[in-house]
Amino acid sequence: MMAPKRRRLYLVGGGMTSLGLAVCLVIFAFQDNLVFFYSPSELAKQPLAAEQRIRVGGLVQEGSVVSEGDGLTTRFRITDLSESIAVTYTGILPSLFREGQGVIVQGYLQSPESFVADEVLAKHDENYMPPEVAEALKQSGQWKESRD
Amino acid sequence: MISEIGHIALILSLTIALVQGTAPMIGAARGDGQLMAIGKTAALLQFFFISIAFLALMNAYVTSDFSLANVAQNSHSAKPMLYKIAGVWGNHEGSLLLWVLILATFGAAVVFFGGNLPPTLCARVLAVQAFIAVGFLSFTLFTSNPFERLFPVPLDGNGLNPLLQDPGLAFHPPFLYLGYVGFSIAFSFAIAALIEGRVDAAWARWVRPWTLVAWSFLTIGIALGSWWAYYELGWGGWWFWDPVENASFMPWLAGTALLHSAIVCEKRDALKAWTILLAIVTFSLSLLGTFLVRSGVLTSVHAFATDPARGVFILAFLVVVVGGSLALFAIRAPQLKSGGLFSPVSREGGLVLNNLLLTSAAATVLLGTLYPLFVDALGIGKISVGPPYFNTVFIPLMTPLVVLAGIAPVLTWKRADLYGVFLRMKFVAILTLLVVAWCLYETWGSTFLGTLGIGLSAWVGIGVLVDMGARVGLFRDRIRVSLSKAMRTPRSIYGMNVAHIGLAFLVAGITASSAWRTEVLRVVQVGETVSVSGYEFVFHGVEKIQGPNYSGERGHFSVNGDTRDAIQLFPENRFYPVQQQPTTEAAIYTSWRGDLYAVLGEPDAQGGWSARLYFNPLVAWIWLGALVMALGGAISLSDRRHRVGAPHRIMSGKANNRVATNV
Repeated sequence: MMAPKRRRLYLVGGGMTSLGLAVCLVIFAFQDNLVFFYSPSELAKQPLAAEQRIRVGGLVQEGSVVSEGDGLTTRFRITDLSESIAVTYTGILPSLFREGQGVIVQGYLQSPESFVADEVLAKHDENYMPPEVAEALKQSGQWKESRD
Repeated sequence: MISEIGHIALILSLTIALVQGTAPMIGAARGDGQLMAIGKTAALLQFFFISIAFLALMNAYVTSDFSLANVAQNSHSAKPMLYKIAGVWGNHEGSLLLWVLILATFGAAVVFFGGNLPPTLCARVLAVQAFIAVGFLSFTLFTSNPFERLFPVPLDGNGLNPLLQDPGLAFHPPFLYLGYVGFSIAFSFAIAALIEGRVDAAWARWVRPWTLVAWSFLTIGIALGSWWAYYELGWGGWWFWDPVENASFMPWLAGTALLHSAIVCEKRDALKAWTILLAIVTFSLSLLGTFLVRSGVLTSVHAFATDPARGVFILAFLVVVVGGSLALFAIRAPQLKSGGLFSPVSREGGLVLNNLLLTSAAATVLLGTLYPLFVDALGIGKISVGPPYFNTVFIPLMTPLVVLAGIAPVLTWKRADLYGVFLRMKFVAILTLLVVAWCLYETWGSTFLGTLGIGLSAWVGIGVLVDMGARVGLFRDRIRVSLSKAMRTPRSIYGMNVAHIGLAFLVAGITASSAWRTEVLRVVQVGETVSVSGYEFVFHGVEKIQGPNYSGERGHFSVNGDTRDAIQLFPENRFYPVQQQPTTEAAIYTSWRGDLYAVLGEPDAQGGWSARLYFNPLVAWIWLGALVMALGGAISLSDRRHRVGAPHRIMSGKANNRVATNV
């Protein structure tokens, strides 16, 4: 048995240790696991390091989707209607993926003009527009309220 | 007409909730029994009227009454009946109505089961419940009324999102809400106790069953959601650390901590203020989850609403509830005298550590979920926090927790003998090491984290079995003695052990399916064989199909085709014309060893089809584990000591007198 004060000390000590551990883990995990979002216009303006993992969002440009010979690789362009960027993706595209649809891709810049995606997000129904994409379109001055 | 009755019933229940929120509170303060008794009548009336409102809306869905805007937007006459009914809560307005219905059900349950509660405590609990109901009912009525009419009446509705037309998802929201809203009872008890200024073992005994109910339902609700994501989204994964998933996971983590700290509070009369705080935090996280999911702050398949007024309303409500209750806690908590003393190495100490780890985990999930929102709101940039963050943070926090769960049964109250603990765990440790050695041998060259996880799972599982064996004197006493010992072991002990076995299953499933999953992505020709971690998938081609409200293509794979027990897999791509929406239906064959999982892609120019084939080892153990955990909760609940008051009638009678003299 021990005095309440001593016990409180243990409790506070334990709490602090646990919290400290959690904070360390969070800082460590934040260092390289935050993924920033860019619009094609932002990418055109500011060059980025190639190894940085990023997200790019916009509309799939009409007429840009090309299937490669291997049946798995797809090339398309993502546009915010003022700038666009070429994207390569190997894998099965989400069933909602199509031209003119708002999508977000995650991956790496191969060169300032081409992006290699390892993930393509196009969930939800056909009226859905990822908010980042809507924002990017608004900033590029191409947003039409009728889209909503 | 029926819809108008429902609308009026909803308005009536709001006014009743206003009375229920004030009269019993005043009555409890003045010691006026008549005013306090209003609370019980009001709670039952509220349940009655909200049920009418809910049934009225259900009627509108079943009869496809498209004059209601809500029905027209979310239903369709050609939809199967199950989804017409599930469609009631498959949208923002209806799901809120379900929320208040469950809240009222819990309120009525407090009246029904709480006959032995001290009258002042009961009155205050019902009043706090009513305050929550006022918030949600006015939110429903003023910003998201399901009974709004539409003119002109459309010929047919827009239909339910095909992704949601699924039996797993039909029952996901009710279970999740039973969990979320169930924690409101623990919250109300906490607030009532703070107002009374008294927390004792009896209080904890009243709170625990409600927490157990809520926790068990939430566990099942989350498992259903994850199962749905696994087979419906077709990505082969079962948890994506998506903000909407985190929204339900945070209350679960805090609720699990609450469940454990309430034990200390009940058995040892310690950790009172902490338990109260956890009750507040758990329900606040439930509210935060509702806010995140319902306000449109996060966009996902859940975000039905993007009306800013709704977001502002829930946010304001959240601020009032969280701010108010924490302020009350700050004023009253210092008065709560803590009772039982214990040394750091003891069952209490173990449970404290459990609580610290669980709340730290909840805090890191909260941070990872809210950080992108803050960054966005401050205009610094747009970021996303993905699975790597959560995995980095979670594995180190959960590892000691699971180790602790293995030791838990051996630790004694007040003070445990560390050397004795080592001695008793020796046998478990040896068996675990054997499992680890076997796992290393089998999976040599792959990730060591996998072996760590399997070792942890074995540690908990074997620990539980050895503990149960020791309790009943298996192999030591004669069978009849062991049996009678087993009969006399309290149900709550069985509950704990079953829940911990569930944890062992869960850990094994999570570990194996993330460490040793095989994914093959390629274009297949008819007749071609693809090998996926030893399983030979043969592709037989694709045919056109026509469903009740969709059309599509169905592929055909067989696995181990020549043997007698060949497995046939039929992945589909569907197209729902009403919503103009395609969906992917994965084909899954489940076994103890793991799941075979096939997804059909697109045809290529040469007549082949792209396909994704997976082997997910032990993945079904995840949902089995969650079910077993919930079962553990149910067994614990059936312990007669938890039946509020039953064996403690005399004690609670005493408590009544004491309270009465206090007032």
